[in-house]
Amino acid sequence: MTTQHAPAGLIGASVLRVEDPVLATGRGCYVDDVQLPGALYLALLRSPYPHAKITSINTDAARKMPGVELVLTGADIDINIPSPVMIPGQKIPPHPALARGAVHAAGAPVAAVVAQTRAQAVDAANAIEVEYDPLPAVVNAEKALEPDAPIAREEIDTNICYRAVNKGGDVDKAFAEADHIVKMHIASPRQVAMAIEPRAAAARPEPNGDLTVWLSTQSPHRVRADLATSLKFPEHRIRVIAPDVGGGFGSKGPLYREYTLASYCALKLRRPVKWTATRSDDFLTVIQGRDQAMTSELALKRDGTMLGLKVRVVANLGAYLCSNTAGPPQRMMAMAPGCYQIRNVFVEVLAVFTNTVSTGPYRGAGRPESVLNIERLVDKAARDLGIDRLEIRRKNFIRPEQFPYKTATGVEYDSGDYEKALDEAVKLSDYDRLIRERDEARKRGELAGVGVSTFVEPSGGAGFESGAVRVERTGEITVLTGSSSHGQGHETVFAQVVAEKMRVGMEHVAIRHGDTMAVQQGVGTFGSRSAVMGGGALALAIEKVSDKARRIAAHLMEASLEDIVPAEGGFAVAGVPEKKVTWRQIAAAAYGRMPKGMDPGLQETVFFDPKREAWGFGAHVALVKIDRDTGETRIEKLVLVDDCGVIINPMIVEGQIHGGVAQGLGEAFLEHMQYGEEGEVLTGTLVNYAVPHATSMPTLTLGETVTPNPFNPLGVKGVGEAGTNGAPPCIANAVMDALAPLGIDHIDMPYTAPKLWAVIRSAERGKK
Amino acid sequence: MFPASFGYVAARSVDEALELLAKHGEDAKLLAGGHSLIPAMKLRLASPQTLIDIGTVQGLRGVRVDSDALTIGALTVHADIAHSDLVRQRVPALAAAAGVIGDVQVRNRGTIGGSCAHADPAADFPVVLTALNASFVAVSSSGKRTIAVDDFFVDFYTTALGQNEILTEIRVPLPPSDAGTAYHKLANPASGYVVVSSGALVRRDGSGKCIDARVAIGGLGGKPFRPAATEAALRGKSLTPEAIADAAAKAADGSDPDDEIYASADYKRHVATVLTRRALAQASGFKIETSHPQNQR
Repeated sequence: MTTQHAPAGLIGASVLRVEDPVLATGRGCYVDDVQLPGALYLALLRSPYPHAKITSINTDAARKMPGVELVLTGADIDINIPSPVMIPGQKIPPHPALARGAVHAAGAPVAAVVAQTRAQAVDAANAIEVEYDPLPAVVNAEKALEPDAPIAREEIDTNICYRAVNKGGDVDKAFAEADHIVKMHIASPRQVAMAIEPRAAAARPEPNGDLTVWLSTQSPHRVRADLATSLKFPEHRIRVIAPDVGGGFGSKGPLYREYTLASYCALKLRRPVKWTATRSDDFLTVIQGRDQAMTSELALKRDGTMLGLKVRVVANLGAYLCSNTAGPPQRMMAMAPGCYQIRNVFVEVLAVFTNTVSTGPYRGAGRPESVLNIERLVDKAARDLGIDRLEIRRKNFIRPEQFPYKTATGVEYDSGDYEKALDEAVKLSDYDRLIRERDEARKRGELAGVGVSTFVEPSGGAGFESGAVRVERTGEITVLTGSSSHGQGHETVFAQVVAEKMRVGMEHVAIRHGDTMAVQQGVGTFGSRSAVMGGGALALAIEKVSDKARRIAAHLMEASLEDIVPAEGGFAVAGVPEKKVTWRQIAAAAYGRMPKGMDPGLQETVFFDPKREAWGFGAHVALVKIDRDTGETRIEKLVLVDDCGVIINPMIVEGQIHGGVAQGLGEAFLEHMQYGEEGEVLTGTLVNYAVPHATSMPTLTLGETVTPNPFNPLGVKGVGEAGTNGAPPCIANAVMDALAPLGIDHIDMPYTAPKLWAVIRSAERGKK
Repeated sequence: MFPASFGYVAARSVDEALELLAKHGEDAKLLAGGHSLIPAMKLRLASPQTLIDIGTVQGLRGVRVDSDALTIGALTVHADIAHSDLVRQRVPALAAAAGVIGDVQVRNRGTIGGSCAHADPAADFPVVLTALNASFVAVSSSGKRTIAVDDFFVDFYTTALGQNEILTEIRVPLPPSDAGTAYHKLANPASGYVVVSSGALVRRDGSGKCIDARVAIGGLGGKPFRPAATEAALRGKSLTPEAIADAAAKAADGSDPDDEIYASADYKRHVATVLTRRALAQASGFKIETSHPQNQR
């Protein structure tokens, strides 16, 4: 790896991340690092109850505490978090910034204190006395559908937020014709996004009445609009800045109550107000992931041909709707058939309110649930029918020549060669040897299993993304991208694209993002969308700027436009390489004496919406052993073949896969946000909620196939969620393969040692 | 989370720390490495009015051989014990236990004295030190006394140390040349704390018979659990894998652990037998199957 590349080789090169020297040496600037003279600090008192009426709040003592500038309760303000209607008929209960009359999840803010120091604010918040009248709580979404279940949101007298159906073909006929029907109930564990930087906000009222807010966010423009709506404050007078952002995984997409409260308090007090979450705050109020339960049936012919699929998804939305809470079940539905030709599909989603933390996108956001569901079904079908698990997949894959392929759920996959990816994974894993190893281990009485998953990874989407390319007066290039980075390496990858396509060194390109005052309207970074959407916008903006530059170059060199060809650092006349103009010369003309009939300036902005998503895919293979004595697991082999189309920076793609797999292994083995019978939070700290550590990662074997995306200017597809999509079902299939000799059909993740030991023991006892 | 406000004083000597302790009384807490106390304060599970920092006291850090025992200063950090050649060669179980505490940061800051005085039932040192028959040197204004390990750990977060005493040294008898030691742990993947752990000290004669076995198990109660039936079953027996397995099968007899979110009581009792079997086998000189260290950090 090296940073010195000729521009021509930049796309596809493992250029070291230009962000890292700053971040890795502690010189980054995160929101909490933003020092604002005269700043005050916000602290919140949160509900300890999952569901309760608030009978009284006494703030007298808190108001008299040292340094306290402001104390607020829900009675003092009418500020709500906006929730868009995503599904017609969807129920939208109130989402107040401070609870009004009742709380519906533990952690809901009940009162706010602003004080001169953070410690004063926390102490004063703790001095507020609140009396609650606890109400029955419901935490499990399937239980919330039972007739006598407590109502999580009494304002709407039902626990169902929405019911949605996605169907295609003739499912009844398919099931009537089937030789075999596989039925399963599969639940994905609720996970907590563990961004290394907790959320934070710093709000500063400006002398002219404007508001500047630094936020640890993935979507500065979208959050700005929601903040404006929430505060009833004009959007164009708000500047949102996302400085360095320490991860998000989806959790930093929406507007949070604390952001709007900090902003409100700053405007009210005419002083800057800061709020920084603790890890405990984030456990209770950051949108959590997964928690979808699928009841599914897969109809097949005896030869393994898949005929039809029925899925009923019960999705736990938590108590309050954030802007993107309703989204993941939609995603789950649309990709339910996975990478298989299943022409008859019926998917029903019941999205349910419970007295838990709101859910929302978490690295995968419906994809991992969907892949888990279909991949477990397919494995069980293979086992039931006595067909090899590779063969059943190959038999049903959408064929390369069928693309673009419209699924029964109505989405169109752009391109793919699923068998090629699977073949590559089989080859890289030395699959036959893994099977032999497994069989030998079994002969020794060990529990060993081989798992396979094949999957699609939709990326992009969520409307548009913007990109602007500006050639400055001296020929240096500034890019303004709506695709705001929170650690992915945009500044490196986008600079690689610009440098190659404009034939300059990367040091001549600056990537600017994360500031609504600097950047045109944009969307942000989530859903594996940045290379696809931000990169697509950028590629088109480069084309437009280059077109104009070429025309200027033709004028400057007094040559006809057809004779102007790209050259290192600018343009030249075809066949006369010494006749050349640089970007600097072109820019001088653009901002100086322009040819007649041409507008001045050298900046182009593109709002890119390809009206379709990019469908990456992959195949993962694992060998897992389980210690029969303790239930502990060990990954002996994990092979990950991913196809994300054209690769701009292989090192960064590998990093995305490593990170996604780490979180996928967290889901498979460790992570589970749990609530007790009465709705109490059981796993609200890192002492009892387990996350993967760098030292617990197994050796990963990565492979790739490259199937360019025909509908993207760069040929790219997303890869950010490939690891969380493909790895958990691969592990699940391996663990279930290991337990198959005991007659165990399915158990849900996470596969903790005590859980596996308990099922192994009861299976062994049952056999005796 | 933030602690309640508190005062802080740094002691330069054990005597000064004792004076400060007398002065501030029951509202004061001694601070060593701070890796148990500070998190408890941040969660407001502990709210001392004054912290007396003894981390600043000289001469309480390090491992040395003192006639027939390892003498370990109370301020010796876990990493120093894990990496000490002396400990690794003479008392491998102690190095093994020190090396699996928490994570790297905890091992570099946490102290053996702090861990023992805190007496967390899910800590590693109390278990291994019980197996090794360690003793504890406590100093107060009225002098010095030595407390045997079986008397030292009393219950959850409770030791025999008095309010006016400071733990200064831990003494671990050097196992005789015919002895082996081992420590095996199943860690909670979230906290790194003990779900169950087992430490063993086994002495055998030239014919392979067990002269003595001392076993301590963590995770089964408020203090390290001595499985009397296991120890008794081994004494005088030939240390065959079968004999070890039979003895280890009794390891949880008489224990009454609680169900927890992560692990049931049944699981803990079972794993106690597994880890005790492994620890006894290793301490008896058998090569044992390595468990699955995926969560080691």
